[in-house]
Amino acid sequence: MSLTPEEVKKIAFLARLAIKEESIEQYSEDLSGILDLVDQMDAANVEDIEPMAHPQDAMQRLRKDEVTEINQREKLMGNAPATENGLFLVPKVLD
Amino acid sequence: MSMDNQMINKSLAELSVGLQSGKFSSVELTQFYLDRIASHDSELNAFITVTAEQALATAKTADEKIASGSATGLTGIPLAHKDIFCTDGVRTSAGSKMLDNFIAPYNATVVEKLKSISMPMLGKTNMDEFAMGSSNENSYYGAVKNPWDLDRVPGGSSGGSAAAVAAKLAPIATGTDTGGSIRQPASLTGITGIKPTYGRVSRYGMIAYASSLDQGGVFASSAADSALLLEAMSGFDAKDSTSVDIPVPDFSTTLNDSLQGLKIGLPKEYFEEGLNSEVAKVIEAAVEEYKKLGAEIVEVSLPNTHLAIPAYYVIAPAEASSNLSRFDGVRYGYRCEDPVDLTDMYMRSRGDAFGREVKRRIMTGTYALSAGYYDAYYLKAQKIRRLISEDFQKVFEQVDVIMGPVAPETAFKIGEKSDDPISMYLSDIYTIALNLAGLPGMSVPAGFANNMPVGLQIIGNAFTEGKMLNVAHQYQQVTDWHKQTPSKYAVSEGEK
Repeated sequence: MSLTPEEVKKIAFLARLAIKEESIEQYSEDLSGILDLVDQMDAANVEDIEPMAHPQDAMQRLRKDEVTEINQREKLMGNAPATENGLFLVPKVLD
Repeated sequence: MSMDNQMINKSLAELSVGLQSGKFSSVELTQFYLDRIASHDSELNAFITVTAEQALATAKTADEKIASGSATGLTGIPLAHKDIFCTDGVRTSAGSKMLDNFIAPYNATVVEKLKSISMPMLGKTNMDEFAMGSSNENSYYGAVKNPWDLDRVPGGSSGGSAAAVAAKLAPIATGTDTGGSIRQPASLTGITGIKPTYGRVSRYGMIAYASSLDQGGVFASSAADSALLLEAMSGFDAKDSTSVDIPVPDFSTTLNDSLQGLKIGLPKEYFEEGLNSEVAKVIEAAVEEYKKLGAEIVEVSLPNTHLAIPAYYVIAPAEASSNLSRFDGVRYGYRCEDPVDLTDMYMRSRGDAFGREVKRRIMTGTYALSAGYYDAYYLKAQKIRRLISEDFQKVFEQVDVIMGPVAPETAFKIGEKSDDPISMYLSDIYTIALNLAGLPGMSVPAGFANNMPVGLQIIGNAFTEGKMLNVAHQYQQVTDWHKQTPSKYAVSEGEK
């Protein structure tokens, strides 16, 4: 399985990763290598096998719908790159 | 004998006796290890952040608890945390430029539990970025050096914790293991490491890489020390939706059980081509030692072993691509300069702040989960995961534990594999399968090959950590591989 530079650019955009033009070739080589490795799965016969999503095959645990978090707004916003009046600032979304 | 000698090369139980009997205080013990970090860490690079002030404050509290009789056996013993566990008020970087400025606003459950019994935190240890790597070369803060040979890697991703314990910069440390990230560095640095059963240790506050595989555990100088810390870290946590609600046994009480009649399975797939012959000899010698202890050896087969790495490199990157989507430059972490719009901000923030290996895995996962490929990759990998898990369950109908090598080779040179991701991935051949199955695994020092340490892997069935620690401890009663320390770090400063 090999990925073309065009496909790599598409995947990088889906993953929202800016990749420098000069690095695209290297990523396409690396990702193609990883997919070759992954393609070894083709040797397995998995017909009628139930997929395993979780080691214990556990069910999602439910809890009571109660407020357990304390209000730490200031502390939590302290890590944000840009804030104003208790809101996260981002570049303009709508004109 | 100087007081320093009472604080190094001692078991946690001995350190505890020293503290309780007043031979030394927790403040003295903590300062002793902070001094060792100051003397040695510039060459090892095991720590990203040293938290001296906080450590000494906790040590003072510990001394008060000891004086008032409200201490536990671990109170006052300092430790190091992998920099993947959130620590309230202290930078928690996960080895990434993305979180270089992130001050965690709360403690991970593991951190909280150990803080509540006043174990001073010496600092946060270096790691491969977001726990993606097997050499610790993928850290934004630079590679960690192996204390046995500074030109070699300590393994990864928890390489900082492994190097810190191996060089006696900390009596004990935490780590995490998604595909071998505790066992492989423990093996490469000659210390004892345990990755417990998935669900045994809370993942709350542990920065997520691949959530169905990630599990916290311990780096220590012995199985007996591991038993003490693992017990203190373990237990049900309502804050982790995959935490398992079963009692935590007192792991220390079964350490001395006899191994007479123990059935050890040796999977033939773990001794085939690819295993270094010197490493194989060490493992065979360890198995001989177990025979002397009364164990019976059974040859077994894990026929789908060869599918573990391919399936892992779908499941882990898929989960990572989802988990790491939270790093968007909005609420925390790195944001690029002068973004022109939202898309530009996402793309350049993530493009600038994630390293190459992280980008590779995010893109692999994004591809595997993208429209039209889900069945061929993710669903197929989950089916293979079931086959691998069933292989282990069949073997555990016949045997009590499985043994084999941890890694096919000893520690490799820094830079040797850094341009070859696939060869790096293949070095996790013996460790990855049990993460897929959710099982516990250990690495126990078993000797040397080409002057570098070799770890014996012990794999148990789910929630049999007590048995595994017993099996490791009995071996450590008749061997002294776990007591070997690189000569440079073997003695205290006063003796030099």
